[in-house]
Amino acid sequence: MARIVVDPVTRIEGHLRVEAEVNNGKVTDAYSSGTMVRGLEIILQGRDPRDAWAFCERACGVCTTVHALASVRSVENALAITIPPNAELIRNLMFCAQYVHDHVVHFYHLHALDWVDVVSALQADPDEAYKIAKSLSPWPKNSAQYFKSVQDRVKNFVTSGQLGIFANGYWGHSAYKLPPEVNLIAVAHYLDALEWQKEIVKIHAILGGKNPHPNYLVGGVPCAINTEDANALNAERLAYVGSLIKMGIEFVEQVYIPDLLAVAGFYGEWFGIGGGLTNYLSYGDLPTNGYGDPDRFKFPRGVVLDRNLNEIHEVKGDDPDQIREYVTHSWYRYAGGNDGSLHPWEGETEFNYTGPQPPYEHLNVEDKYSWLKTPRWKDKPMEVGPLARLVVGYAAGNQDIRDVVNDTLQRLNAPASVLFSTLGRTAARGLETQLVAHWMQEFYGSLIQNIKNGDSRTANTEKWNPSTWPTEARGVGLTEAPRGALAHWIRIKDRKIENYQLVVPTTWNGSPRDANGGLSSYESALVGTPMANVDQPLEMLRTIHSFDPCIACAVHLHDPEGKHLNRITVT
Amino acid sequence: MAADQPSYWEKMKQHGYSRRDFLKFCTYISAFMGLEASGIPRVVMAMQTTPRQPVIWFHFQECTCCSESFIRSSHPIVADIILDKISLDYTETLQAAAGHQAHEALQATMKNHYGNYIMCVEGSVPTGNDGVYCCIGGRTALDIVREAAEGAKAIIAWGSCASNGCVQSANPNPTGATPIHEIIRGKPIVRVPGCPPIGEVMAGVIVHVLTFDRIPQLDGAGRPKAFYSKRVHDSCYRRPFYDAGLFVESFDDENARKGYCLYKVGCRGPVTYNACGIMRWNNGTSYPIQSGHPCIGCSEDEFWDNGPFYNHLASFPGFGIESNADKIGLTVGAATVAGVTAHAVYTNVRKRRLINQEKLAQEKQGQPDTGNTES
Repeated sequence: MARIVVDPVTRIEGHLRVEAEVNNGKVTDAYSSGTMVRGLEIILQGRDPRDAWAFCERACGVCTTVHALASVRSVENALAITIPPNAELIRNLMFCAQYVHDHVVHFYHLHALDWVDVVSALQADPDEAYKIAKSLSPWPKNSAQYFKSVQDRVKNFVTSGQLGIFANGYWGHSAYKLPPEVNLIAVAHYLDALEWQKEIVKIHAILGGKNPHPNYLVGGVPCAINTEDANALNAERLAYVGSLIKMGIEFVEQVYIPDLLAVAGFYGEWFGIGGGLTNYLSYGDLPTNGYGDPDRFKFPRGVVLDRNLNEIHEVKGDDPDQIREYVTHSWYRYAGGNDGSLHPWEGETEFNYTGPQPPYEHLNVEDKYSWLKTPRWKDKPMEVGPLARLVVGYAAGNQDIRDVVNDTLQRLNAPASVLFSTLGRTAARGLETQLVAHWMQEFYGSLIQNIKNGDSRTANTEKWNPSTWPTEARGVGLTEAPRGALAHWIRIKDRKIENYQLVVPTTWNGSPRDANGGLSSYESALVGTPMANVDQPLEMLRTIHSFDPCIACAVHLHDPEGKHLNRITVT
Repeated sequence: MAADQPSYWEKMKQHGYSRRDFLKFCTYISAFMGLEASGIPRVVMAMQTTPRQPVIWFHFQECTCCSESFIRSSHPIVADIILDKISLDYTETLQAAAGHQAHEALQATMKNHYGNYIMCVEGSVPTGNDGVYCCIGGRTALDIVREAAEGAKAIIAWGSCASNGCVQSANPNPTGATPIHEIIRGKPIVRVPGCPPIGEVMAGVIVHVLTFDRIPQLDGAGRPKAFYSKRVHDSCYRRPFYDAGLFVESFDDENARKGYCLYKVGCRGPVTYNACGIMRWNNGTSYPIQSGHPCIGCSEDEFWDNGPFYNHLASFPGFGIESNADKIGLTVGAATVAGVTAHAVYTNVRKRRLINQEKLAQEKQGQPDTGNTES
């Protein structure tokens, strides 16, 4: 038996470490550990609830805006504030822009190198690459000369002796299956996507002042609408947003989706690997009739158990019996004992590091081994993320989601079960990007119509002043980060934050085992992953990256006798 | 660094850029760095002859917003240069390799380019509990950063985390989050604060180092003067409303729709040194104040503890500067100036009166204490 340690897991946000047992070329057990903590929940205590969004947004600079959204909603929920329709639409536009940006960046810059052999692109025939690209998409930038110039660029990299970010990649690994021409197309679009991504985020700059970390406001949005003033959202600013949305849709449909399908076509076996858990949770989002009416969200809310698409279970953030967190295997201490669980309103954050003293070679996985807590829904582990959103949406009978999923399954000539896999997760991300890009255009149309009808309200400030607040209040703000279900719980006392807890998507997916020994998404999905070469954990990265982790980690290897095959050099 | 490596200009040529594109780029970069036109030939010369600079980019206690901002750097050729002109040998966010292969890439650069690599740090370093709050590859961030700093030619502390500790160092700083300059001594350290810094500022700092083979001129706080020598307030396009005493009283009021000054809803522009008002964000598209939200002062030390953000500043040095300016105006005494100055004095008096009234009203309404955020 070999224990593989991947630390750092790269091409993610944050610090994630995976330790895995490998037997006969397959992962048989896995442990996922978050190795960094900052203590935001402790820092938030005693502060002004209206400021919380800014602190929380810094939980992540990749999914940036959604933490702010969960935060302002938790405060609005606590204080019973209803925001104006325009504010809801503007928040939806920012949400959609975040998705379209983040998913494209994930696919090309964080995930593609698991499937695309950059060095192989050197062998490609640019003319042939163009023919393939043309058959897939009308993207005007594709041409033989263009692919040739990209190939030259890669050649420069490889021959310069300075491989930069491509140094020590798993080039030539037997698990890479794409023909050189498809590799070349993907590399070209890796560079295009880098250019494109800095444009689409301008939607955040216009509506929230900057990206990363645009600005939010309890009660609505900070940007004012005035069609007759240069200093507000006027025709020019709105037209700018409109053209960015159009550009976003074009890239998704002409580049991202064709590339995704082309890559998936060569990796069919990955529709049968990495399924992991069978339970899916989505809080849903994108209200079309206000946040108080979840039945009319674009992304439905609910839980699907045991992959049963015929039944959907209700999710309630304020029900103390539903969402609870364990710290049995996490470096925290609960006053009432470490095997119990707490609802986030009663949540506790007290550091209790009991891991090995660094530098260490492996974690004590029998005991506590992560800075992530372990959330459970009715004591069951849940997968969250794009796949969970599609599964819940499909089960809830959402027509847009059903159409896009059925159409894709038809094109792949495959049953719905292929979605429950590593590649299914990656495909789900692409499909929802396409949906969200079009929904963004709908919201944009509604915003224009509202303004046309004379509604320019963007904030409800009736309860802005803390003197209007009750002495005690508590609220929950639910949303869907690109990576999955995200919620913040707040308790307010004497106009200050008394307790604040974030339960983030990667806590659901990447947490350590619960008190009953139940595995979370990463750990569960890694079991069964094939490993052609234990020294090069390419296949493990595929499954881990399919979740788009928002933390950081590392791997070192042990031989079958438990000795190190590879050690990290410590000088 | 191998001498036979191609220069920036050679690489650009290979990528199909014309000489004209190259010169345009150099001019653009020179403008970014605040150089006079006479400095442009030096940039051209440097870019023609300099090979790729090895760069190690660490991630510690951070949210990756600095990396995200960096890749937003707007000029198309800037993005290309950053990918092609530096050798980004270690960056957990983008590199292909993981685990021990990633560490080997890091070790190789530290060994082969000892004394010549740039070390970029994104994130603060936790010093509490012997550093167990941030471990990579089983080692503490504290251990890693100390080792890598030894062979670094210069250190760039990206963003507020590495420059001043940022959000995790806010009261009560549960992990002992510490900025880089308090850990590493005896090395040139450029602090580039902001949460995150503007992408073009980050690109500008890198290009400065590459072009002149030395770090940019820094102010007393270790920040590049080119981008951090002016207050947001000084370059704010809403400044005339401030001077005229015209303020947004609450979000989405009539004054907000007219784009009046955000000072009374908490703007930190008067005490914040950054280039937001001049360069703006995302290729000059907007900045927080332009989009209706007050500046939260994210590039200032300990800004998280200077809240609540929506309570306006009780006083700030700007008043002094403005009243000085008024006095200077008065001593000049020219008739044409006198009228303008009298108006300025009047608006300042009116403004202060308005602000004081507001402060009293806030106190009566029992808003949370400013700055007291102890748990």
